[in-house]
Amino acid sequence: MGEATSIWEKLGFRKASGVSEAGWGQTLFAGIISLIYFLPVLLIIITSFKLQTEALSIPPKFMPTNLFGLIPDAYVFSPTLENYTSVFSRAMTSGGAAENTGFDRYFFNSIMIASVSVLLALVIGTLAAFGFSRYPLKGNDTYLFVILTTRMLPAIVVIIPVILMFRVTGLSGSYLGIIMLYTAFNLPFTIWMMKSFFDELSLDVEDAARLDGSSGLKVFFKICLPQVLAGLAATFVFGLILTWNEFLFALLLTGIDTRTVPVAMSQAVAGGGIGVLWGLLAAIETLFLIPVFFVTFFLQDHLLRGVTFGTVKR
Amino acid sequence: MSTIELKQATKKYGDFVAARDVDLSVKKGEVVCLLGPSGCGKTTTLRMIAGLERITSGEVIVAGQRMNDLPPEKRDIAMVFQFYALYPALTVGENIAMPLHYEKISATEMKARVDKVAEILHLGAVLNRLPGQVSEGEKQRVAVARAIVRDPNCFLFDEPLSRLDVELRHSMRGQIKQVLANLSKATVIVTHDQLEALTMADRIAIMKDGIIEQVGTPHEVFAKPANVFVGSFIGTPQMNLVEAKLSKFEKGKASINFNGQDIEITTNELVGKLNSPKITIGIRPRAFTAEGNASTENIQAVAELIEPMGAETLVHARTKGGNDIRVVVPREKRVKVGEALHLRPDPAQTHVFGEDGKAVRL
Repeated sequence: MGEATSIWEKLGFRKASGVSEAGWGQTLFAGIISLIYFLPVLLIIITSFKLQTEALSIPPKFMPTNLFGLIPDAYVFSPTLENYTSVFSRAMTSGGAAENTGFDRYFFNSIMIASVSVLLALVIGTLAAFGFSRYPLKGNDTYLFVILTTRMLPAIVVIIPVILMFRVTGLSGSYLGIIMLYTAFNLPFTIWMMKSFFDELSLDVEDAARLDGSSGLKVFFKICLPQVLAGLAATFVFGLILTWNEFLFALLLTGIDTRTVPVAMSQAVAGGGIGVLWGLLAAIETLFLIPVFFVTFFLQDHLLRGVTFGTVKR
Repeated sequence: MSTIELKQATKKYGDFVAARDVDLSVKKGEVVCLLGPSGCGKTTTLRMIAGLERITSGEVIVAGQRMNDLPPEKRDIAMVFQFYALYPALTVGENIAMPLHYEKISATEMKARVDKVAEILHLGAVLNRLPGQVSEGEKQRVAVARAIVRDPNCFLFDEPLSRLDVELRHSMRGQIKQVLANLSKATVIVTHDQLEALTMADRIAIMKDGIIEQVGTPHEVFAKPANVFVGSFIGTPQMNLVEAKLSKFEKGKASINFNGQDIEITTNELVGKLNSPKITIGIRPRAFTAEGNASTENIQAVAELIEPMGAETLVHARTKGGNDIRVVVPREKRVKVGEALHLRPDPAQTHVFGEDGKAVRL
């Protein structure tokens, strides 16, 4: 030990052992590619600090400061937090008093609905996956295939039957309804992913635990589950991202009280005849990005191990 | 009373019979090795005792109790796995302590017992490391430590040394033997390495295609193989097995047509009573004496390939009838390729197998 840890390692980026450091050329190349990927997000973040006129100006003003005169004034905008305050409270009609936009509620809805449904899918899916992996039924593969067929159609195709089911059962607009729907949507890939993680585990270890005196339940909780933590984290993040960004079902099946941010966002920026409010839209998007960004960032160590799990020698 | 007893134990997977009518009993303090080529059902037999495989028919009795329907966690059996099967998320110390969690003992006693086995197996320095951070030999010792930390009915070892390199295997063999001797429990060791079986076992059970071919002491299975398979499987270099025809039996001497050459060998009475003249002669490579002249009591052969093995020399020779035989000669005896050899088999070490492959013995 005693090696100097670089700033990247302190931030949680870890170098795989036995891998040599990339050269500066490779690093630069990777940096450029990453920047291209990140550019849309960067533009959104920059736009969120601009007023409407600056957001629409051509050529685009992309610098918040003129860097002591280095950047021509045509490309410089003056950053403002106005968009962020008006996400939560603003005048709805011209000349009216500022009122609550309800976005605090919508953010709460998004966080609550996404996390509850993803966690629920994780619990049910992990148990099911363990069953499929360890106690195969006759025609196990057929069942797994059938489970996946529900995700083979585009959502738009199944929207009408789902709406009808929600009407009949009275679930439209309720938290319960949308959480159940998202849970059901997350289950197939949760089961498939977790099954592959369980399949990777050494059966000997479970046999050993059994001989050491553990019952089936203890083997699952004490031996198997700790070994697939990385897989659980990866599955959680993928499920969270999918659910967090879901728009179509949320649009059609949530009510005013249970509306999620993607739906509310599309309605909030219509701007009442003055065009799309780009600054406001960008501010909402930036705020919307933060929760998943942090969850993914903190789970990233697990995530990387999770997705490369199959290639790691036992 | 034997601690482990298998009676007619059979395991079928659909139509495939992995183990058929296995009868085996292991006494307290006895080490029995299940030896056989891969896929012969030895591991299945071990797992039947452990309860990891439900037996299709027959009985498993451990410590006087019928265990057919008991799950593995209720059998109180300790097993060491081929790939060690250590819990990857737990430290070495926690791994060893794992079986103790199900015995109701205090934390201090638990620690004392872990420390004690760690001392026996020289693991004291690595108790706080994860299994991924210790060497192969240490992993193996952790697996053994986890088995001996409690006081089970019996011990089962599945190919315990197969993953170690030769040198380590050598020293671990001695260590395990010593540990087992001090514990005096019934022990079953599965192995495909005959040297391991011969050195560690009190008795060896040789298996093939799910059937136990012979059970005996290491000396018995080597000196008195029950059939052609056991004869060929035990002993290096391999026993010479030559198909021959029994032409005459007189006064304890059998005249055998050795593929074009007639030789006379002193054998037991039963050979004369064989129904079929088709026999197989088994002679170990070390049971030959090279003689000066050809006679009716030695085999004529020509040396074809010489392999010096250090203390001895292995000679591959070809008989007149075209059979290849292996002969081990002392180092001092220099044999040249193409040299004619007159090989006299030691009658006491010449095995006659009948047409059914079974040894003909008094």
